[in-house]
Amino acid sequence: MTPAIFALLVEAAFKTLAISLLSIVIGFLIGMGVSAARLSTRFWIALPARIFVSFFRGVPLLVQLLLIYNLLPAIGINVPSIVAAVVGLSLCTAAYQAENLRGGFASVPRGLLEAADMVGLSPSQQLIRIRAPIAFRLTLPSLVNEAILILKASSLVSVVGVIELTRMAQDLDTSLYKPIQLYAAAGLLYFIINRMIAALGTLAERRYAWGRS
Amino acid sequence: MRFDFALVESRLPEIFHALGVTLFMWIIGLIGASALGFLVAVARRFGPRSLSAALGVYVELFRGTPFLIQLFILYFGGPYVGLSLEAIPAGLVGLSVYGAAYFSEIFRAGFEAVPIGHVEAGECVGLNRVQIVRRILLPEMAMLVLPAGVNMAIILMKETAVMSVITVPELTLTISAIGTEFYAFVESLFLLALFYWGLVEICGWLGQVTERRFSRFRLVEA
Repeated sequence: MTPAIFALLVEAAFKTLAISLLSIVIGFLIGMGVSAARLSTRFWIALPARIFVSFFRGVPLLVQLLLIYNLLPAIGINVPSIVAAVVGLSLCTAAYQAENLRGGFASVPRGLLEAADMVGLSPSQQLIRIRAPIAFRLTLPSLVNEAILILKASSLVSVVGVIELTRMAQDLDTSLYKPIQLYAAAGLLYFIINRMIAALGTLAERRYAWGRS
Repeated sequence: MRFDFALVESRLPEIFHALGVTLFMWIIGLIGASALGFLVAVARRFGPRSLSAALGVYVELFRGTPFLIQLFILYFGGPYVGLSLEAIPAGLVGLSVYGAAYFSEIFRAGFEAVPIGHVEAGECVGLNRVQIVRRILLPEMAMLVLPAGVNMAIILMKETAVMSVITVPELTLTISAIGTEFYAFVESLFLLALFYWGLVEICGWLGQVTERRFSRFRLVEA
């Protein structure tokens, strides 16, 4: 493998990273909404959120991606395949992140909320100053975990024609006939990015660890 | 957009065959992954240090890279090193080796989580070694390992869809081919999603029932 070929793979790896991070951020925002809806006492708000979570966690990501990729044009929305890919990844990770956040909010110690009541914080102040920061700290490890999962899962968007790391290795293989070297190099790049995300996660966890302020 | 399931209905026998292939790949892959994962966990705990370190590298590499890439190396790279596998065996080997990396970690945690005091208590009341393994270690480990194991089984079920990319004739490949033939992508993909959704829900429900059965002995003390 020549340096020029490897440079192409590295460039594609940045695209993979960009797609994954964008999806994680969008998925986090959607996930917040979904977890809030799931905690609602009105069932016509909570039920759709439950179905959303169950569907996107119960169907393989590949099928979701194919579905979104074909559904969007069928209902008159023509977007490039990379947009369909980000939409698919975001919705999928949103379902998982909604569950994580729900767990995080449920684990905020009751005593802290009672204390907040005692000192006269309003419900919205409690949410912004107590519940949200603590829930975020509690869910940080699962957020990092989810980022690693999505990075690996993003290899599937190669199937809907996005030229990211996996697809780049595939395309190079059709002219170079060196599958082992190309896919091993791609795998190594995924591995390195995963390690970097994990290391950043450990740093962040140490900085925002629950119990240290 | 027309929404016409009748198009798909005429191909039901083919679809049920593909469902069979999906279930076959999943169950054999699951058995392979858990058995291999158990061996890896045992070897890492009781084997020599060098073996344990080598297996640690295997676990990290397979957990750190996408399943699709692993399949590509096996299926497209295999023939270059004298390992020519058809799609189905390649899928089974790929899923087993991939899943084993995760299962070995699950079993490792299970080994570590059975309190030593329970084993000592067994010795004190005069159980022999076989009885301790059969009546204390295995049931406790099964209960500790089961939730993570069921979770992994569901993940592997969903990973079987990825095998369509290396032309394993399972549900995803078959139904999307039918969609292409009739130019009815959305209908067929919705049907496909429903199949998996149903399978995953059934699997999760079975897991819950089994978990309740396995942890029944805990209720005795209450």
